[in-house]
Amino acid sequence: MVPLSWYLLLSAVLFAIGVGGVLLRRNLIVVFMAIELMLNAVNLSFVAFARQLGAEDGQVIVFFVLAVAAAEAGVGLAIFIQLFRARETLNADEVTTLRW
Amino acid sequence: MVIAVPWLRWIVLWPALGVLLHLLASRRWPRLAPLAGPGVIGLAFATACAAVVTLAGHGSEAALVDGVYRWIRVGALDVQVALRVDWLSAIMVLVVTGIGFLIHVYAVGYMHDDPDRTRFFVYLNLFVAAMLVLVLADNLLVLFVGWEGVGLCSYLLIGFWYREPANADAGKKAFLVNRIGDAGFLLGLFVLVQTIGTLDIASIERQTDVLAAATLGGWPVPVVVGLLLLLGATGKSAQIPLYVWLPDAMAGPTPVSALIHAATMVTAGVYMIARLHAVYALAPVALAVVAFVGAATALLAAVIALAQTDIKKVLAYSTVSQLGYMFLGLGVGATGAAVFHLVTHAFFKGLLFLGAGSVIHGMGGEQDMRKMGGLRAHMPITFATMLVATLAIAGVPPLSGFFSKDEILWGAFAGPHAQPVAGVVGYAAAALTAFYMGRLFILTFLGTCRADEHTRHHLHESPAVMTIPLLVLAVLAAGGGFLPVPALVERVVGEHHAPHAPLGMLALAVALALGGLAVAWRFYGGAPGWPERVTRAAGPLYTLVRDKFRVDELYGALVVRPLFALADLGARVIDPALIDAAADGAAHLVRRSGERLRRIESGNVQHYAALLLAGALGLLGFVLIR
Repeated sequence: MVPLSWYLLLSAVLFAIGVGGVLLRRNLIVVFMAIELMLNAVNLSFVAFARQLGAEDGQVIVFFVLAVAAAEAGVGLAIFIQLFRARETLNADEVTTLRW
Repeated sequence: MVIAVPWLRWIVLWPALGVLLHLLASRRWPRLAPLAGPGVIGLAFATACAAVVTLAGHGSEAALVDGVYRWIRVGALDVQVALRVDWLSAIMVLVVTGIGFLIHVYAVGYMHDDPDRTRFFVYLNLFVAAMLVLVLADNLLVLFVGWEGVGLCSYLLIGFWYREPANADAGKKAFLVNRIGDAGFLLGLFVLVQTIGTLDIASIERQTDVLAAATLGGWPVPVVVGLLLLLGATGKSAQIPLYVWLPDAMAGPTPVSALIHAATMVTAGVYMIARLHAVYALAPVALAVVAFVGAATALLAAVIALAQTDIKKVLAYSTVSQLGYMFLGLGVGATGAAVFHLVTHAFFKGLLFLGAGSVIHGMGGEQDMRKMGGLRAHMPITFATMLVATLAIAGVPPLSGFFSKDEILWGAFAGPHAQPVAGVVGYAAAALTAFYMGRLFILTFLGTCRADEHTRHHLHESPAVMTIPLLVLAVLAAGGGFLPVPALVERVVGEHHAPHAPLGMLALAVALALGGLAVAWRFYGGAPGWPERVTRAAGPLYTLVRDKFRVDELYGALVVRPLFALADLGARVIDPALIDAAADGAAHLVRRSGERLRRIESGNVQHYAALLLAGALGLLGFVLIR
């Protein structure tokens, strides 16, 4: 059996890639995909723990996360569409009106 | 023996009701004030008389008490508002309501043309109510309420004609100087509460052994309390060092000067010390200070009175001087004699002020004695009554002043805490008293009239409503010496009645009185030019006396100017440089830091996410390291 630490390591690497994507990429859709990557990194550690400990809680939580992520994706994409209609851009550096 | 008498409160309530009545009804019935003003005081006097009759029916040690309600109960301190009539307070109540009534009647005539007459009677009634609280209180805290009440009324009445800035200033001066004394009074009360936990006068008298044993910072508590209360008394009763407000208080209407600044309020300090004779008996040091403060004040004020030309100023310094006698009496343990002098002084000084008021009224507001003279022909009743009062204050037998002053001076040599030096000073002041009173009388009533044509044309005797009080007071001033006041007071304070002075001392007192009057006659009646020659001979000394030893200027330089400088420092330096700077600085700091910190809010979501990450990592690191 693959040991737990490997799953966790993979999860951490995926999470770090997600963070890097969120912070460094400028295209908001790519940022959005990076967020999904972070969520799934966490999901991976949840199911890994669930299997290791023989408890179903982790699996259940993953379903919750998937459901919330789907809703979030819906709202987020709607915002992007509106944003693109208004500004004709999805570059994070050009959408900074909400400030001092 | 203590007898509960629930109607004692009406003595205070009548004048208080008078205040209400004036406030509520006088707009609709403007003619009410001259009736109701004296009327309520008359009712209070009648109630007081009934109380005294009741008291007399219950033996010499009795006291009437009316427990009105429990005011304060905090921890061990229990303050009851209760009124107490024993012989000491009975005498005071009769003086306050009796003389108060006469002066109210007089004021109806004196204030007849004043548009603010109603306000005048409101203040005057309020004063009588406060004064009655003061003398009837059987608890020092209640006494203090009356004490402050009379101070307030004094301030209001001195500045009664407030449109003249000088009058308003005199009122403020009286109030502020009295605050200094009141602070001492309050501190004395604090020490009493701390030591024996009560301000009830009867309880204090029961716990004299506790008081006598207690010390405060190495000082015996009775001395500390005695001196602090004395400071309060010097403020209210115009003694050195706080007497400076009383001469200025003459800015008020003359009935006010008679009632508040001669007959009643200024004697509050004397009454308070007499009331607390049990505490002072434990502190001979404090008593000696009382005696010497009194003797020094009596002499200083008498000297200043020699050179004043304003008729009311002479009487004001005379009042300060006579109050000094009362303190001298208290200080040598002759409490009965001191209260006796308080009573006779209320008669003759009240009469002198009312007489002076009658003169001022007749002269159309003139107060300078140099412009009077020869008023005998124009104002026969005022002349006759003033003659009685002058002889009484000078100490000519058998008028009242002779008896009371004699008892005090004899007490200074033979009393339980005799101070012969103070007694000698008292005799000197007695001779000066006769002189300046003779001067006042001769300058005002004898000789030829020095008023201008217009004033002389209008000269008239005052109406009956003013002269009748004068006549009644003249009878009292003449015969008051036969009242058994010392014996009655000694029932309360429990001191032994000193036998009368030997004939030699009586003769000396009479000789001084007559001598002073004779010298005054020689100066101002017989030989023209004498006063001028003497003033020229005295030179700068005369100027110094005329300028009241420049005590006001001294206080101005020592106290008022430094205080103003301090206030100025606060207003010009400390306030802008410290207070404003702190407030402005805080605002500036917030503004500047806000300007810097708002740069964080770039509007770029990725910056926010980075900060979020940094925060999360920071927290994680913190948890791991810890």
